[in-house]
Amino acid sequence: MIDTLRLTAEAAAGLLERGEVSPEELSAAYLAAVEERDGELHAYLHVVGEVGPGVPIALKDCITTRGVPTTAGSRILERYVPVFDSTVAARCKGAGLPLIGKTNMDEFAMGSSTENSAYGPSHNPWDPERVPGGSSGGSAAAVAGGLAPWALGSDTGGSIKQPAALCGLVGLRPTYGTVSRYGIVAFASSLDQVGPITKTVRDNAWLYSIIAARDPRDSTTVELSEPVELPTAESLKGIRIGVPREMSEAEGIEPGVTESVRRAIALAEELGAEVGETSLPRSVDYGLACYYLIAPSEASSNLARYDGVRYGHRAEGATDLLDMYMRTRWEGFGAEPKRRIMLGTYALSAGYYDAYYGQAQRVRTLISREFAAAFEQYDLLVSPTSPTVAFRIGEKAESPLAMYLSDVLTIPPNMAGLPGLNIPCGLSEGLPVGLQLVGPQFSENLLFRAGHALERAIGFDFVPERLR
Amino acid sequence: MAITSEQVLHVARLARLEIPAGEIETVREQLGAILEAVSKVSELDLSDVEPTSHPLDLVNVWDEDEPRPSLAQEDALANAPDAAEGAFRVPSAR
Repeated sequence: MIDTLRLTAEAAAGLLERGEVSPEELSAAYLAAVEERDGELHAYLHVVGEVGPGVPIALKDCITTRGVPTTAGSRILERYVPVFDSTVAARCKGAGLPLIGKTNMDEFAMGSSTENSAYGPSHNPWDPERVPGGSSGGSAAAVAGGLAPWALGSDTGGSIKQPAALCGLVGLRPTYGTVSRYGIVAFASSLDQVGPITKTVRDNAWLYSIIAARDPRDSTTVELSEPVELPTAESLKGIRIGVPREMSEAEGIEPGVTESVRRAIALAEELGAEVGETSLPRSVDYGLACYYLIAPSEASSNLARYDGVRYGHRAEGATDLLDMYMRTRWEGFGAEPKRRIMLGTYALSAGYYDAYYGQAQRVRTLISREFAAAFEQYDLLVSPTSPTVAFRIGEKAESPLAMYLSDVLTIPPNMAGLPGLNIPCGLSEGLPVGLQLVGPQFSENLLFRAGHALERAIGFDFVPERLR
Repeated sequence: MAITSEQVLHVARLARLEIPAGEIETVREQLGAILEAVSKVSELDLSDVEPTSHPLDLVNVWDEDEPRPSLAQEDALANAPDAAEGAFRVPSAR
């Protein structure tokens, strides 16, 4: 009997290598778990159940998969079946990882709860009345709920780190440019990055090593400066960790989150890290506003492709081409993408460009400079990942601005193209709390090393309490 | 920040979104609230700061100009809502 709730990818690979479990049995175990629990969790939009030599994987539904529906959580792509593979899907195939299925997400990755999915929300395995976070909430719910040993998500403003935090998992938002965006349904191209959601830091490093590489089909990718190392270290000796004041004191951080993060920082000191306070005076204060100009502006341009001509939904009975475009897009997009397309179109329109988009790009420079200054003194920065633990389904659904605040701590490093790793650091009110580790560009190996040492010291049990 | 119904309709037309008459007011209110929040960026004097459009310092990424296989016509048309004679078919432009 395979316990999919507890099985890590590394352990699954061991079972396969030693011949203790066949690829058919492993695939069947995940399908049985999906059968048992996905009615409650709604982690998947499409279940495929491939059998292959490697560890099975779930992919977020914005990752293009040849012959397998790819909707990005939107009605406008409801019947879209891609005729090509994204580079990350091809790399997973190349590594022998069979596809379990495609996971639910906020429409076009716009959201922090999966409630913006056109196909209904996913539920948090720790408490199904609560959200799993988002936008990669389906991937996080699948892994935490034992419906996949590991998964890929995508992160624009925090869409890997935040759901990993809310579901008690490890999530890496890689350095911008290390993972190909070819075949990823585009949201905001200067921010979008694909990354792993896993149960352990070692699994995360392993999956990252499979997907990270320069891709001639994505000119924004670069060669890794050093190979990815599977972490083994148990000490943090010699690592200088900065605690940005504004990220610990930001408005809306729950006391239970603060307490859990404080304990993790104390543990880091016990493991030999030098811990000190630092400051990012304007990154937190202005990060959210900067993000909500840049990301919607890029989205308004990227989502122009959904016009009912080449693929996706087309409105019936249009009188002419323009009428077809306008009705197709109003019918096909949900409320949040429409809001962001409108916002972005406004911010880029004549007369407003400099005041909004141009100014936001300058704030972005400021944020990069503040992080660069902090990294002169420290190797890593730590903060809570999400100000809150998983919130109730419906709690923030009526207020776009309240929902946007979920990402207030993940957005600033994303604006600077920095990698960030979420590791679970404890429970508050019985729900997981996430610790965000941020490093300079291309410092993934250091993040994995520190994350692994802390993970061992914290001893968090990733199996949701109610399912143990 | 206040935004007028006329501005909402202008932006919607630029964005190719047909807002039903009954929803213009809701869109106007939500967009106004978000614009007010994001207008925070204008508090800073950044006239001497260069804009960042991309997080990595990449300039002129070149690739060999060699022909490679690309999508077959039938694949390119496979997801089209309407296609005929090897082309996408759309309502006539006025």
